[in-house]
Amino acid sequence: MFGNTTLTQFIFGRLTLESFPYHEPIVVVTFIAVALGGLALLALVTKYKLWGYLWNEWFTSVDHKKIGIMYIVLAIIMLLRGFADAIMMRLQQAIAFGGNEGYLNPHHYDQIFTAHGVIMIFFVAMPFVTGFMNYVVPLQIGARDVSFPFLNNFSFWMTTAGAIIIMISLFVGEFARTGWLAYPPLSGADYSPGVGVDYYIWGLQVAGVGTTLSGINLIATIVKMRAPGMTFMKMPIFTWTSLCTNILIVATFPILTATLALLSLDRYAGTNFFTNDLGGNPMMYVNLIWIWGHPEVYILILPAFGIFSEVVATFCGKRLFGYASMVYATCVIMILSYLVWLHHFFTMGSGASVNAFFGITTMIISIPTGAKMFNWLFTMYRGRIRYELPMYWTVGFMFTFVIGGMTGVLLAVPPADFVLHNSLFLIAHFHNVIIGGVLFGLMAGVVYWWPKAFGYKLDRFWGLCSFWFWQIGFFFAFMPLYVLGLMGVTRRVSQFEDPSLQIWFIIAAFGAGLIALGIASFIIQLVVSFLKRDQLRDLTGDPWNGRTLEWSTSSPPPEYNFAFTPVVHDHDSWYDMKNRGYERPLGGFKPIHMPKNTGTGVVLSALSIALAFALIWYIWWLAIVSFVAIVGVSIAHTFNYNRDFYIPAETVTATEDARSELLADRT
Amino acid sequence: MSNQIKFVGRLFVLPLLLALSGCNMVVMSPSGDIAMQQRDLIVVSTVLMLLIIVPVVCLTFFFAWRYRNSNANAKYDPEWHHSTGLEVVIWSAPLAIIIALGAITWISTHKLDPYRPLDRIDAERALPAETKPLVVEVVALDWKWLFFYPEYGIATVNEMAAPVDVPIQFKITASSVMNSFYVPALAGMIYAMPGMQTQLHAVINKEGDFEGLSANYSGDGFSHMRFRFHGLQQGGFDEWVARVKQNGTALNRDAYLKLEKPSIREPVRYFATVEDGLFNAILNMCVHPGQMCMSEMMHIDMMGGGGVESRENRQKLEYDNRHANEEAPAATHPATGNPPRSEEPAEGVDEGGSSMNGMNHDAHEGHALPEGSQGGPAPAQLNTNESTQP
Repeated sequence: MFGNTTLTQFIFGRLTLESFPYHEPIVVVTFIAVALGGLALLALVTKYKLWGYLWNEWFTSVDHKKIGIMYIVLAIIMLLRGFADAIMMRLQQAIAFGGNEGYLNPHHYDQIFTAHGVIMIFFVAMPFVTGFMNYVVPLQIGARDVSFPFLNNFSFWMTTAGAIIIMISLFVGEFARTGWLAYPPLSGADYSPGVGVDYYIWGLQVAGVGTTLSGINLIATIVKMRAPGMTFMKMPIFTWTSLCTNILIVATFPILTATLALLSLDRYAGTNFFTNDLGGNPMMYVNLIWIWGHPEVYILILPAFGIFSEVVATFCGKRLFGYASMVYATCVIMILSYLVWLHHFFTMGSGASVNAFFGITTMIISIPTGAKMFNWLFTMYRGRIRYELPMYWTVGFMFTFVIGGMTGVLLAVPPADFVLHNSLFLIAHFHNVIIGGVLFGLMAGVVYWWPKAFGYKLDRFWGLCSFWFWQIGFFFAFMPLYVLGLMGVTRRVSQFEDPSLQIWFIIAAFGAGLIALGIASFIIQLVVSFLKRDQLRDLTGDPWNGRTLEWSTSSPPPEYNFAFTPVVHDHDSWYDMKNRGYERPLGGFKPIHMPKNTGTGVVLSALSIALAFALIWYIWWLAIVSFVAIVGVSIAHTFNYNRDFYIPAETVTATEDARSELLADRT
Repeated sequence: MSNQIKFVGRLFVLPLLLALSGCNMVVMSPSGDIAMQQRDLIVVSTVLMLLIIVPVVCLTFFFAWRYRNSNANAKYDPEWHHSTGLEVVIWSAPLAIIIALGAITWISTHKLDPYRPLDRIDAERALPAETKPLVVEVVALDWKWLFFYPEYGIATVNEMAAPVDVPIQFKITASSVMNSFYVPALAGMIYAMPGMQTQLHAVINKEGDFEGLSANYSGDGFSHMRFRFHGLQQGGFDEWVARVKQNGTALNRDAYLKLEKPSIREPVRYFATVEDGLFNAILNMCVHPGQMCMSEMMHIDMMGGGGVESRENRQKLEYDNRHANEEAPAATHPATGNPPRSEEPAEGVDEGGSSMNGMNHDAHEGHALPEGSQGGPAPAQLNTNESTQP
């Protein structure tokens, strides 16, 4: 009997039957739905014999365009999960009043708000942004791929592995109940002995590898692979913001990794970095996590600013106003974002001078941000604004974001923060900038670059539905939270006593419902557009009368992006080329050197999931085996010399001739 | 000038306030001077920022409408992309606002520093020089609030009172995890952290029954970690103290250790007497018999450290682990859905550490250890660390 127990423990670690939350009806129903959906998907893929196609054309692909698309698919799937969490919270808070405890107990509710934050930041916003940078940057700088194509594939799969680890926690064990930044001592071994925080740690550590490597990759790409003539000050703004974002990623994600490593040492090895006793100090964790955490929000918003800059210039049919000041503003924001982390905890008892210093540095960030806002404004001035979908999102952003910016500066005044910190006012503020800024930017990016990626535009009607539902839903969902914050209501509360608050929560829940319609419209938009793709087809490769190099090639671009590397004379290079009477080269093509697909990224990612799972559940044999396998596969991959090939000149000629025919047919 | 700004600010906010008059915006209409000043700061900063936000929003909509594609009358200049004059304006206008706001921030942050003793009762009345503040020591427990009134020798749970127009000095700590002490009507919040003391100075100017709460998520019972804050006239406050003394029980270390165990929706409790030095022992994480106080450890460290012998102090400094000890079954089956801290009183831990008084460095008075429990070489708290380890 005893021997049995130890054997079971040896094999399964602390994983037992009780670890499966089969007593939680909500989780069980979710699991059944996910399992049925998953099985149906697998059956379909098998029926239509798509496994080979998916494996060869997508999973193992090192093509930056396909990886970019896969990142965005991951982000949209995770958006559905993260939003399901949001709806559950809104519903709970709308009904849990007086004696009513709502339908979620604290144990469940606390996991949901933690998961919501973690998923939305790490597995929605981050892959979305990285996906765009991957897809667009090489095309904008006239490159054929990123600097390290295999690393790119590996980065994507590590990010996916992190997402899968977080998703496993839904059905095996539990997720952290600590809030999205897992402050110790609550997240320490003493107060959170379960697997929740371990899921959090290893999910983020695995995804963090992907994010950091992808940052390195894109910096190298932007610095080294620009087309001849494209000096830094001729780079498109989106490429500039991508460069700054990736510098931030490379500079800050190691801090996150180190902080979480210290926390896991506390939890696994009994060290005392962040414990209450034996000289540990939780305040160090709070500082460290925010030294990463504040730049993180700029990692998200800068590429969105880049997208808006491209959209505004394109749809106003006008050069971006103040290109140079836009670039400097971006760089200043990048540097200042390191100097403001303490504003996340003015209430921790720092001295007045320290608080005031960080409050003022925070306000200073609003100066370059304001300058950007004016630059977009004056780009519209004397323009010819075509109200295509991306422009709706942009104007919606300009209106919504300034409100969020204003409340942000308000929160930067320490004594004001003392009454607003951790309140729903704060929640409203950061959703205001992240939805109104980041998400609107990403949605603008989707409709803007979709024709480039797939060769047809997205349906306008459903796009407008999506925009208006999001825009109006946002105000309904978050303006009540501003009010509630001023009523002294704080965050992460699952049950309320004061009945006068309820109406505001009901309005907020209604707003969340509108946002749900916005998301549904977006999905319908994708489906409808796919069905109507022949009507919406764009053959030119330049449906918006674009200004940057990605619009000079076909839609979707050929594997090699550009048959000849373009030569750049001015920023807005494609606009410049069109003005100079650019003629598409029709002959003289040469073989093109390209990287070869590899399955190593998928294998390493799968092994990382096994390693993380083993570490979370204390299955030590599996941890050792998978770790050794990771090292082994990585070394074996270095002996893979069969990693490149040439696209023959005939294939290039055939591809380009086909495009010439299409272009000729059109006219 | 600042009065003018305030006036304009109030004018601006007035319609908004009217629209929201149905709800009680405690942050915008507080009852304590500190919260009042913080409210004014919110209004002034908002108005300052609206100076630039309103034109930007108006211009956005105006340009978006005027330069629409179908409006052929509007001027179209596709090459116009630079204007030094405009650039100067768009950088310097936000800069000017931020300089003003920065100055306000620097001054107000120092003036409203929660550690700074008050110098006025409210906007009209300065503080008489001889006034002594009411000291209240606050402990955030799982998941309730404990208040000590050292000058009165009483303590309360989940209810506190203060006389109006008398400055209050809060000394705040916590027993297990981070919380945040917040009475919206009184003043801004400040974190309550174990092993550390934060401070808050505030004054309540109106009689009333206000809500206090924890504003930093601290686990399962967090939603109900609320207390009542009574602002009373001096007479009423004296009566309240008398009532506490009359109805209360004694709060000694044992009672505290029972109280400290995690519980949710704890009713109001009164303690008529408080053991000497209890708050200090809580702050230094050494209420438990046999624990070494943080202050003691710091003193040893300051004197150059304990050398090899300090190994023997290790168990006496382990603090959190008693919770893990209570939680032993869940630590091995952590995903069963048990809360991390059991609500059941733990067995056996209360005696923990009492066998180590041979090495007692605790300098606090009133911290006498049970005689007779000496000699056992195996301290009860041993192995708690290992039990959570794989």
